Amino acid sequence: MSDTPFVPGLVEDADRVKAHSAWLEWVSTVDHKRIGLLYLFTTLFFFCVGGAEALLIRIQLAWPNNTFLSPDEYNQIFTMHGTTMIFLVVVPVLLGLANYLTPLMIGASDMALPRLNAFSFWVFLFGGILLYFSFATGQAPNAGWFSYAPLSENSYSIRPGLDYWALALLGIGVGTVATAINLIVTIVTLRTEGLTIRRLPLFVWMVLINSFLIIFALPALNASLVMLLVDRLLNAHFFTHVGGGSPVLWQHYFWSFGHPEVYIMVLPAFGIISEVIPVFSRKPIFGYGFVAASTVAIALLSVGVWAHHMFAVGLGHAWEYAFGASSLLIAVPTGVKIFNWIATMWGGSIRFTTSMLFAIAFLFTFTIGGLSGVIFATVPIDWQVTDTYFVVAHMHYVLFGGTAFAVMAGLYYWFPKMTGRMLDERRGVWNFWLMFIGFNTTFFVQHFLGLAGMPRRVYTYGDLPGWAVMNLISTIGAFVLGISVLVLLWNIRISRQTGAPAGDNPWNAWTLEWATTSPPPEHNFDAVPPVHGRRPLWDLTHPQEVRP
Amino acid sequence: MGLDVLNPASPQAVELLRLWDRCLWICAFLLFVVTGSIVWIVIRFRRRDDREPPQTTGNLRLEALWTGVPILLVATLFVLSVVAAEAIDRPIRRDPDIVVTGHQWWWEVRYPNPGVITANEVHVPVGRDVLIGVDSADVIHDFWAPRLGRKIDAFPGYRNYIWIRARQAGVYNGFCAEFCGAQHAWMRFRVVAEDPAAYEQWLAAQATPALPAYSGEALTGETRFKELTCVNCHNIAGINRQKQFGPDLTHVASRQMLAGERLKNTPKNLRDWLHQPNILKPECFMPNLNLSDADLTSVTAFLETLK
Repeated sequence: MSDTPFVPGLVEDADRVKAHSAWLEWVSTVDHKRIGLLYLFTTLFFFCVGGAEALLIRIQLAWPNNTFLSPDEYNQIFTMHGTTMIFLVVVPVLLGLANYLTPLMIGASDMALPRLNAFSFWVFLFGGILLYFSFATGQAPNAGWFSYAPLSENSYSIRPGLDYWALALLGIGVGTVATAINLIVTIVTLRTEGLTIRRLPLFVWMVLINSFLIIFALPALNASLVMLLVDRLLNAHFFTHVGGGSPVLWQHYFWSFGHPEVYIMVLPAFGIISEVIPVFSRKPIFGYGFVAASTVAIALLSVGVWAHHMFAVGLGHAWEYAFGASSLLIAVPTGVKIFNWIATMWGGSIRFTTSMLFAIAFLFTFTIGGLSGVIFATVPIDWQVTDTYFVVAHMHYVLFGGTAFAVMAGLYYWFPKMTGRMLDERRGVWNFWLMFIGFNTTFFVQHFLGLAGMPRRVYTYGDLPGWAVMNLISTIGAFVLGISVLVLLWNIRISRQTGAPAGDNPWNAWTLEWATTSPPPEHNFDAVPPVHGRRPLWDLTHPQEVRP
Repeated sequence: MGLDVLNPASPQAVELLRLWDRCLWICAFLLFVVTGSIVWIVIRFRRRDDREPPQTTGNLRLEALWTGVPILLVATLFVLSVVAAEAIDRPIRRDPDIVVTGHQWWWEVRYPNPGVITANEVHVPVGRDVLIGVDSADVIHDFWAPRLGRKIDAFPGYRNYIWIRARQAGVYNGFCAEFCGAQHAWMRFRVVAEDPAAYEQWLAAQATPALPAYSGEALTGETRFKELTCVNCHNIAGINRQKQFGPDLTHVASRQMLAGERLKNTPKNLRDWLHQPNILKPECFMPNLNLSDADLTSVTAFLETLK
């Protein structure tokens, strides 16, 4: 800038630019770390919105025949809760972490396609805004996050909420696919010297497999959304039986996306756990090859299990047995992971940081969610308990007790890297216990509500024996959970300003992201350490050891 | 606590419960192994000093163990589930005894022989295999009476079937288990299992129109029922018979509940229902006709005669 000629007025312009520049820098950034943080902020915001919707649901269901919400309001809110949590929270929070961490963990200076990266984020945000803009049309989408036809067709949902739903998800879906492509290209082409595929940190490995899964699964959703829009806006009949279409077709399309989606929402979480547990047990991951290969097995099986969402449809026994068998099989590689994580802790020297507490809680709650999943894969039992609160319990044990706990473990683990300050551990322990107790209080009892016969997605219920007290327990748990989120927000806010300085590597961890400053400079590394094994930073301090 | 699923009242539901128990034992065993090892490890291997522990990286035998045992367990579950499924869904070689059709938000119940139509109340004889055909007139619903057996989706355009065999007389809860719109919650029904003799008697009574000799309020009510738009949606055998939109009212007064189990069927509740259906069951398709007090009284009196 030294050769810029002096022009009167330029100084004031420069000041004005400076005042706006913080915003401009965020809006125009193509830095993967900033985009990662944008994802994390946005998902934290939507997590609070979706959580508030969950509290409204639990208030309405706190006692029988409650009139806090009208049925239509309730249906809009549970639809928005599910759609928000899945498409605007769980998937993008994992994409955000992948965005922030992948280049750092492989010793790269950015993603391979930085502008595509920015595009992905903004199209995702736009989709989220579009989804919520539907409230302004007078009615948000109200046919559930799965929008079963023909309920989602014009004849039964004439107002435009569902059009917003489909368009918003289409935008988000395009962004997700673009991010997946970006991550694959980055991991394949930008690894630092010595970081072979077989030495990849498991988080990066799982992000890679997950990205392939996104590329297989998301287009099925995008295509069926377009078909639904054609049905709704141009009066076609893809999903109505009148006119030759089929409502079952929508279910096949939706779940052939929807079940891989479940694993898209959990594979990167497995990656987080595979990083956190070894570091805080002070041991390398047990059975690296098995943890890595079981991820591939899960991804492959996950594209062949979708019809287990449809066992009550009456597909015929042959179909049901085939999909029951594949769904049971997927428990095996998942179990392999759980056992390897436990074996990693065995013989270790365990540090009970908040991050590790969440990771241990993950092992427990995710196992419960996984085992109730096995129960659903046992076809006749599915006939009994599907579409009841038993599913609500199962699914939250997997997505909250699984993914959300893993993300919490990741947040406490990587927050120092992202901000340069530690996320306070004292508040962290409060955060953990409130969340653990609140979560289990809310959702464990819902297993019994399902066994009592309470269907999902009902806006109220009659005073049948035991229902009122079980629902009230669940509602109380939900408020404890809400308080735990407030503690988290408070902790983030305080720690960002006054947290203890983190230093480069506060946990004595061994992957490459800890070899740079906290937060890392825009170009990530001044010098990437040499990589001769799976734990480059461990190798630096233990040069004499034989490396795996 | 009224856990219907664990309290079976039919051979089908007993079969389901047996499978559930076995599955639960296997899962409980696995959960015990996982939780037990976590608790043990957390106590035994917590940090004691700053030394780094031995850096073990894997063990093939253990991997084989915890891959092999779960494969055996899920294979067992698969075999058990096939055996149970075959016992529950037996082949269908005859026409259904009862056809249940889901509507937004009530259940139409038809007995093809001898041609009875009722709503939200499925009467079955105790100790007999009953074949129920399930379909839908609009969106997808799901027919589920947990104590009597599996749930099955009700689709527009094709018919599903389930077998039910009630072991003892009683009233069993039924629910719509597939989200079907605003009043999914109040799309309940009940299965009334009776001794075969009582059942035959009920069926014969349902097959003949009620139509007593009207007088007074009831007679006025019958006239008003025809003059108002009630007959456009509701059938009453002997008065009108057309494509039906709302529940058949031929024997409405003989039913135990109203409006998808929203209300007990009492004269007062029936009157309230006619007065403000959209307050009791918001967004239901029964319109509020702003009936005068006189109309409410007479139409209620008329409907109460339809035993």
